[in-house]
Amino acid sequence: MASSPSIERAVVPRPRETTARKISVFLSQHARVRLAFLLSAPLFWLGLVYIVALVSLLITAFWSVDSFTGEVSTQFTLDNVITVVTGSLYQAVTLRTVGVALLVTIVDIVIALPIAFFMAKVAGPRLQRILVIAVLMPLWASYLVKAYAWRSVLSQGGIFEWLVRPFGGESPGYGLPATIITLAYLWLPYVILPIYAGLERVPNSLLEASSDLGAKTGRTLRTIVLPMLWPAIIAGSIFSFSLSLGDYITVNIVGGANQLLGNLVYTNVGAANNLPLAAAIALIPIGIMIVYLTAARRTGALENL
Amino acid sequence: MRLSRPARITLGTVTGLILLVIYLPLLVVFVNSFSTSTNLTWPPPGFTLEWWGKAFQNQGALDAIATSAQVAVLATAISLVLGTLVSLALQRHKFFGRDAVSLLVILPIALPGIVTGIALNNFFRTIIDVRLGLLTIVIAHATFCIVTVFNNVIARLRRMGTSLEEASADLGAGVWTTFRLVTFPQLRSALLAGGLLAFALSFDEIIVTTFTAGAGVTTLPIWILDNLFRPNQAPIVNVIAVVLVLVSIVPIYFAQRLAGAEQLQK
Repeated sequence: MASSPSIERAVVPRPRETTARKISVFLSQHARVRLAFLLSAPLFWLGLVYIVALVSLLITAFWSVDSFTGEVSTQFTLDNVITVVTGSLYQAVTLRTVGVALLVTIVDIVIALPIAFFMAKVAGPRLQRILVIAVLMPLWASYLVKAYAWRSVLSQGGIFEWLVRPFGGESPGYGLPATIITLAYLWLPYVILPIYAGLERVPNSLLEASSDLGAKTGRTLRTIVLPMLWPAIIAGSIFSFSLSLGDYITVNIVGGANQLLGNLVYTNVGAANNLPLAAAIALIPIGIMIVYLTAARRTGALENL
Repeated sequence: MRLSRPARITLGTVTGLILLVIYLPLLVVFVNSFSTSTNLTWPPPGFTLEWWGKAFQNQGALDAIATSAQVAVLATAISLVLGTLVSLALQRHKFFGRDAVSLLVILPIALPGIVTGIALNNFFRTIIDVRLGLLTIVIAHATFCIVTVFNNVIARLRRMGTSLEEASADLGAGVWTTFRLVTFPQLRSALLAGGLLAFALSFDEIIVTTFTAGAGVTTLPIWILDNLFRPNQAPIVNVIAVVLVLVSIVPIYFAQRLAGAEQLQK
């Protein structure tokens, strides 16, 4: 190096020993440190903000509110949880909410499958790109405006009645059917996209091989496409199910007088100012989602979200 | 499987019908933004440009759009950084508790918004005792936006493989240089797609926002909820919704084009 430093440098530029370089060398030799560097910020954020918030909500469910002063008492009590589990109102609303969320999910999957299939396997690359844009674009129209648009579509004298009246039909009006239609409409893009991505991953060669071996379309769909697509379908269903489970605004706009779990939580936080009871009610959707996610995890769906 | 011609046509027709239903309510919003009726009668009794003129002078709406854009930009920036870090960690390393971390990223979006909303409301007000405001909305939004970035980036990392990064390291590039010149350029369109989705998610979020916004902070969805049921404001809300959908075509189009161009290169 002392003999001809300039020539050697010209051939292989030796990196300068800056601090950044030293850190870089250290990091490339220590995978665990690199991992710690990558993980610390996200874990700090999610752990501090989210887990602490969630755990303290769980704890709050076992507190109570003094009915005279309105102050929260931090004495451990099972009262709220017992009220929620045994109260007939809560049972009825839970069943209604789960029913609505399931129906919304089924409607969305049934609608998403053909359109996703057309997008992924029939349309040419140009049409495919246009369809992806067409599916994504409604996501940018405000959720509230879309719910309100359905209120206007389904209203008396609205466009739905105007369209079906010549055929002797009538609008379902405001109620649970309107809620299901509106929620299914709102979450549809979230279900189409993962299913479309899942279908894109099914190689065309497999479908051709299946047909070369004599399988009819129905059989190919059942034995080749569906098993490969299953995780993507479950992934999509997580969105529509969870989003429906917690909604209280759509049902206010198009649901008439019906209440879902979200409405009960909302009134207890706001008007009734009873956070412990609201937290206890919130345990229901948390519990349902934990069961749902655990089941979904086995299918590998979480990799497909 | 070779689809027969009738099958293709049927599928195409079904797709067309579904798109028709998807765009029907948006069409109603569009037409109502020109309607002389303020209570959504169909067909509209007459047409006017009055609401379009008023919407662009409505200070409340313009302020709300600015607030929402500010929140969405900050939340997207945070979620881009955190989402990229966590997907690099999960895709490039094996470690104990990896599944738990991936579940932790998904949880804020997998749990209903109202749960996330009251949990964060309780956390901000009673546990760390901060005033609700713009910053609390940003923190809440960033938390559930991480997952959209994470999904896009981790899918890209999986497809990329590690051979280019290894080659870069073999040629003497350090950790930073490899990230800047090799990893990041390959992630760019995934980051754009994830970032766009995060922005859209934050811009439109109402449930978590209701619980984490202070009294003085009005995002666009909060403003819309306040004005939706007022007879003279509802048509203005329609105008704003139409403008947002039209404006959104631009970023979606470019994201799609970028993704398409990258696909062609391969």
